[in-house]
Amino acid sequence: MLNVAVVRFPGSNCDFDTLRAAERVGANAYFVWHRDASLQGADVVLLPGGFSYGDYLRSGAIARFSPIMQAVQRHAADGGPVLGICNGFQILCEAHLLPGALMRNAGLTFVSKPVDVMVERSDTVFTSAYAGGTRLRLPVAHGDGRFVAADDTLRMLEAEGRVVLRYVAATEASPLQPNPNGSANHIAGICNAAGSVVGIMPHPERIADALLGPPDGLGFFTSLAAWRPRASTLNVTSR
Amino acid sequence: MSFRVHVRVMPRGGLLDPQGQAVEHALAALGFGEAGGVRVGRAIELEVAAASRPEAEARVRQMCDKLLANPVTEDYLLEVEDA
Repeated sequence: MLNVAVVRFPGSNCDFDTLRAAERVGANAYFVWHRDASLQGADVVLLPGGFSYGDYLRSGAIARFSPIMQAVQRHAADGGPVLGICNGFQILCEAHLLPGALMRNAGLTFVSKPVDVMVERSDTVFTSAYAGGTRLRLPVAHGDGRFVAADDTLRMLEAEGRVVLRYVAATEASPLQPNPNGSANHIAGICNAAGSVVGIMPHPERIADALLGPPDGLGFFTSLAAWRPRASTLNVTSR
Repeated sequence: MSFRVHVRVMPRGGLLDPQGQAVEHALAALGFGEAGGVRVGRAIELEVAAASRPEAEARVRQMCDKLLANPVTEDYLLEVEDA
């Protein structure tokens, strides 16, 4: 059975939703605390949303230095999959596991609403259940969601196809704005070069149960449930 | 020796600074139309024990590079004085 660690920081939220979504697809999901030094043999690591350490200094800046993040760094360096959702995405950028940064929304307001995104990468550990080009309606809830990167970094992300999710208009007549926060190139999520580390601003775990509406977010979890560690990424010490 | 260090962290020039824009608009609404180019950053003060002023400055630069500023989006300035 796939071991899935959900990392909790002081100020995490949606951590139970994330755990339940991973359980729903059959994973052995469990919490690890920010002070823990071990991921307890996790195959996959999920960094949930929230306001870790009160978002002091910058979103994700303090969480990056917690003991558990040293273990997450090693896991990622070994090719282990990591998904950062919202604050988890901010933490991955601060930890330099993903390029760029997430700054205050261009409109200055906290944005909490459903947005439409397109899945542009369907070959990552977390998006393999979707067909490329699939449109999803997922909730966002963030104050610091404006993705920013140096021009050459943006060009590299586009050239290497590392934009995983992009904000799109549902239809021409859609009341939803295509870019809720002013992100560069309408970027809602990116991945590392290997496609093993993914950061996204929308919250798929909040819409992973049909009880709450069309479960557009469930695919992130069915994707990870279908993933199996390759022999080359097996690491005796981490299992 | 102990030094007091003032760190000024500013959003990098060229990046959209919505807080600065909002403050500029508010100033204009208050009749201060002559104000322009407003940018909002962060000031951090700390005391550092070090053998010399250059050592204190070098250590605080490391602190800035690792934590106090985000090298992707922010620039910083240091001012070191005797504590």
